[in-house]
Amino acid sequence: MASISLDTEYLRLRRLQDNLLARSLILQSIREFFLAKDFIEVETPVRIEAPAPELHIDAEPSGDAYLRTSPELHMKRLLASGMERLFQIGPCFRRGEVGEWHNPEYTMLEWYRAEADYVDVLADTKSLILHIASRLLGKTHLTYDGVTIDLVPWERLTVREAFILHAGWDPISAYDADRFDIDLVNLVEPALPRDVPVLLKDYPREAAALARFKEDDPQVAERWELYIGGLELANAYSELTDPAEQIRRFEQCNQRRKEMGKETYPIDPAFLRALHRGMPPAGGVALGIDRLVMLFTDSAGLDEVMAFRG
Amino acid sequence: MYSVSELRKGLKIEIDGEPYEVVDFQFVKPGKGQALYRCKIRNLVSGGTIDKTFRAAEKIDKPNLGERDLVYSYQDAENFIFMDENFEQVVLRADVLGDQQNFLVEESEVKVLFFNDRPIEVTLPNFIERTIVETEPGARGDTATNVTKSAKVEGGYEIAVPLFVNEGDRVRIDTRTGKYADRVNKR
Repeated sequence: MASISLDTEYLRLRRLQDNLLARSLILQSIREFFLAKDFIEVETPVRIEAPAPELHIDAEPSGDAYLRTSPELHMKRLLASGMERLFQIGPCFRRGEVGEWHNPEYTMLEWYRAEADYVDVLADTKSLILHIASRLLGKTHLTYDGVTIDLVPWERLTVREAFILHAGWDPISAYDADRFDIDLVNLVEPALPRDVPVLLKDYPREAAALARFKEDDPQVAERWELYIGGLELANAYSELTDPAEQIRRFEQCNQRRKEMGKETYPIDPAFLRALHRGMPPAGGVALGIDRLVMLFTDSAGLDEVMAFRG
Repeated sequence: MYSVSELRKGLKIEIDGEPYEVVDFQFVKPGKGQALYRCKIRNLVSGGTIDKTFRAAEKIDKPNLGERDLVYSYQDAENFIFMDENFEQVVLRADVLGDQQNFLVEESEVKVLFFNDRPIEVTLPNFIERTIVETEPGARGDTATNVTKSAKVEGGYEIAVPLFVNEGDRVRIDTRTGKYADRVNKR
């Protein structure tokens, strides 16, 4: 038996070589892109005391601490210390997320830009994707899952528009969390165009997570999600900087987690101190590297772009 | 009850009093949203496939399914009568058997899947042997298998067979396709 499984792994890794090379080139070109724009690459702890409470993200315990679900709170502490442009590439962990497009351990790119909002970091995102395409493919289009995608024009759709069009209701005026998730995956996402990148923006305030509300329309949060070729690749916010609102959301989230029978997470006191001290307005993006490699290598699943699923 | 994390291809589940088999499933989790399992499930009675999305916290009913070995006895109008190991009669309607009724001869052994007390699926052995009772005489020495002629087997079912197959030959039929597989031997 041992020799059979060894051979299987050998054959699989041999087959993956081209994709692993592409993965390395993508990581290189990401660093190249941000360093050229005067971003600083940072590293923050992987094992942390206080993962940001989110309703549907469960942290993997590690002794009496947790493995990070995202580097967000530590990177914001750096922002509040006066660093203006920073990025990080590293592992994140989400308990129980296993599927063709999910792995409990995955690689996240996260970057923040001070004195900016979700529109400014959208410009970063677009330049980044085009930079990778030019370095890796030497062109501005690619084929994914049989569809040719033109990476130059980006379609923008508000969540309200997308839901009215494809699900027949407006989640902004009357939010229903359960129906929102189900209609999003069954009706809205499958209807999004595949031949250009698509931005779904302005989420219901109840699904704001760590985004600030829109000043002229407080029913929506300044948050977008990027889809390319049907893959959900990145999530961005105009970051919430108000400590009182931040505490309210964390506590409300922990309360709801408790009602759902899930564990609650401590609220990071150092992060709250940083918000009180003053975090500059900022835009931030979290982008899944593994799915990005899937896109650029025309891979159907994570098995084809991760050497080991762990 | 099954929890959603137990879902996998081939799992048999019960929804609204009907038995289904999971034919495909996909873990999805929209950004910041709840974990969902998008499934394609096939109704074991009607054969129809539908989409069904389960939430992570949902519980799914286990269908009361049981398989029994039965022996075919005889046909009575629309019904096919089988015997179980205690020589009790079990009646199956023709629509449960479908095309498989063509491959039944007396003493055929079949597996029947029951949902509660209702027979819903019949499984024959993948291959059965039958004797050719009627066909045109074959050309001697013709071993080509791509040219066929029509032949009738015991019970009256007609299949296409190669030219070298003659009356009295024993042939194997693939019950999944209903087609000739090969000639076994002469009687």
